[in-house]
Amino acid sequence: MLSFLVRRVLQTIPIVLAVAFLIFVLFSVIPGTFASSLSDDGRSIMDPAVVERMTKELGLNDPVAVRFGRYVLQLAQLDLGTSFRTRQPVTQVLAERTGPTLQLCFAAMAFAIIIGVPLGFIAALKPGGMVDTISMVTAVSGLSVPKFWLGLILMYLFALKLGWLPSFGYGGDPRYLVLPAVALGVAPLALLARTTRAAVLEIMNADFVRTARSKGMSEGRVVRWHLARNALVIVLTTVGLQFGSVIGQAVVVEKLFSWPGLGSLLVDSVTLRDIPVVQGAILLIVLFFLFTNTIVDVLCALIDPRIKYS
Amino acid sequence: MFKTFAIAASVATIGFATIAEAQTPRRGGTFRYTAGYGSSFAGMDIHTSNRAQDEIWARAIHRTLYNWDSDANKPVPELVASSTVSPDGLVHTLKLRDDAFFHHGRKLSADDVIWTFNRIMDGSKSYPGARYVRVIKGAVDVEKGQAKEISGLRKIDDSTLEMTLTEKVDPAFSFMFFVTAIYPADEAAKESFATKPIGLGPFKFVEYVPGSRLVAERWEKFYKPGMPYADRVVISIMGEAAARDVAFRNKEIDASILGPVQYVAYQADPNLSKGMLEVAEVFTRHMGMNLSYKPFTDKRVRQAINHAIDTDLIIRRLVRNKAVRATSWLPTSSPAYDESLKPYAFDPEKAKKLLAEAGYPNGFEFEWTASPNESWGIPIAEAVIPMLERVGIKAKIKPVEATVLAENMRKGDFQAFLYSSQSGPDPLTALKCYHSATPVSACNYVGFKNAEVDKLLDDAAATDDAAKRLANLKKVNAIIQDEAPIWFFNYNKAVMAYQPWVHGLQANSTELAYQDYEKVWIDETSPVK
Repeated sequence: MLSFLVRRVLQTIPIVLAVAFLIFVLFSVIPGTFASSLSDDGRSIMDPAVVERMTKELGLNDPVAVRFGRYVLQLAQLDLGTSFRTRQPVTQVLAERTGPTLQLCFAAMAFAIIIGVPLGFIAALKPGGMVDTISMVTAVSGLSVPKFWLGLILMYLFALKLGWLPSFGYGGDPRYLVLPAVALGVAPLALLARTTRAAVLEIMNADFVRTARSKGMSEGRVVRWHLARNALVIVLTTVGLQFGSVIGQAVVVEKLFSWPGLGSLLVDSVTLRDIPVVQGAILLIVLFFLFTNTIVDVLCALIDPRIKYS
Repeated sequence: MFKTFAIAASVATIGFATIAEAQTPRRGGTFRYTAGYGSSFAGMDIHTSNRAQDEIWARAIHRTLYNWDSDANKPVPELVASSTVSPDGLVHTLKLRDDAFFHHGRKLSADDVIWTFNRIMDGSKSYPGARYVRVIKGAVDVEKGQAKEISGLRKIDDSTLEMTLTEKVDPAFSFMFFVTAIYPADEAAKESFATKPIGLGPFKFVEYVPGSRLVAERWEKFYKPGMPYADRVVISIMGEAAARDVAFRNKEIDASILGPVQYVAYQADPNLSKGMLEVAEVFTRHMGMNLSYKPFTDKRVRQAINHAIDTDLIIRRLVRNKAVRATSWLPTSSPAYDESLKPYAFDPEKAKKLLAEAGYPNGFEFEWTASPNESWGIPIAEAVIPMLERVGIKAKIKPVEATVLAENMRKGDFQAFLYSSQSGPDPLTALKCYHSATPVSACNYVGFKNAEVDKLLDDAAATDDAAKRLANLKKVNAIIQDEAPIWFFNYNKAVMAYQPWVHGLQANSTELAYQDYEKVWIDETSPVK
């Protein structure tokens, strides 16, 4: 187990370096600088002398190789640099925004798991039935609906028309979390429902299930001991992958609901060419993704003894 | 002069600016405002950001030496109680208010002003406000590291300051911008200041949730008697217009800037249309033509473009009338705006004739750099292209992000661009963008050169005769119209929706989102008690 974890941690190092290199190269070649972003709203004129000084102060005139060397050196010391915009350490900027994003993503995934998994299970137990048809049509719709549109519809319905929930806000009142979490959670819910259904259907026809039934095992025990346990590995893998992608997808939802997370920070930082923050935020999202996948691998091995730590 | 300002003010305020002003303001309540130009603030140090998004919060906490008076449509003293100027117009003696207190309780002193301006000119930093402070004698020396303090600033006593300028300009136009907000010298040097700002404004800082909101509460020792009226101001960061629309209709916010789509919907709604504040802002939307690019070197070609485009149609259909037709560079709210100037008529035949005279009977092709902005970007260019094609001009859009567009313009790396530029409030500053001495990287993006314009601008800057200055500026504005270095599209009409319980909002032509929060009051019908 320990050697597995150490191996996984070591495997993340080249991935993180590759991602860091890709982000650096990408933002070195795309046009536009932080200085020019300060006048991109068509409302401010930037003084050429200030632009020149700003470019020098931020080291943007240095050759790419020098900047990359500096970046890697900082990274090796776990220093993500300083935000061009806020002039705060990037770690501090990211720390302020990580909590809200995790809160939103956990809520969205909880919503997706609590509804999606039982829905897929029930649908699979009676394939072709009304529950199956309705849930699968809903699942396909959930996967297809754009999050921005869905978010607006939720706002319109539950805030404006029914008055049950606030349309935006953050902190204190847990009601602020409901609409963004639902908007973000619908797609993973749909995927989980479909995956669970497919997994359960596949296992239902497996030899060991047929054997269990022929030996007179009750349906409840078959479901609990054979179907649920075997399907859980596939469901867990999907949950892990979805958790990673939900963090990435939070960008749209956070912006729409004015949720102060990593996603809205990333959008603003890309627009303003606040490169250290962009690099830090993407790295953090990648690390989240790798971390959740490691956790999922460990859990899968714990649930299914056939899976080895290899 | 006063008459001119009064006319300009009345032109600027198009709509319903007089919102129940006759009522007695009520103290108390919470003003729930929005900052809609992004998903965050740069931080809590306003000296580091010149973006409109950041000035929205800074106006609650901070104050500047001068401020824009929306009713008078001109800058007026704010922290300056009175001032005198030397006969040569260069030495200003400023008497500061003796009733202005920072939020930690200390009285404003001349030292704070000197400390603030020295900080802004720190050569190792790049504070955008340096653009304005540079007008003080010796400021450039500090910027270059050749001096530690600005020689043109001298403390006479605690509340009196002598400011020597390098040129004869009105300092009010420089020191009304919040990138020059006055900081408390003793507190601002501390690290905590960047997260817990202390200012002289009507509200003191309570909390900032990055990416979400800023909350401030009434500063009891604010220097304007009885103000601020509201107990608290909550500024929510809401970058999405559609989300602001829902929140406004749901009465979760008290006021919000509207985009063109919402503008039409609100106008059509009998209830919402009662709460709309409109003003022609000091921004000119235009297509800039690179005057070193061959076809655009010919004035007739540029005039032909202005004649070829049915500008009124685009304003009506695409901009949904949320704009005022541009005649030249200076907007309707400018004191030097000339009402007698008529816009270029839509006349494709005349355009063809001008092109033929210029040697382009079959037209030409050019590349048009534009951003996705709905009001001054690609959607507008797409509507214009067929109109240009009718006279033989083929334009190909080069789509870029707004940041890239700004960079291309600064470098002169374009054939033509579509943009919205600040064209006020000071007409002299605005027109200086067309002085040949102004580099492309500053704001003379098209590379305009005209000896007569240079002379008129130089004379306007040098003269003490306000009427002569105004006449010169009007002449320059007329020459620019005739020279047509740009396609004169429109002046932005900014629109704010407000709830029926909100009073005292100001039709600020420099940027409608900039409000003097102390003047805003909330009546008892507000849902927030």
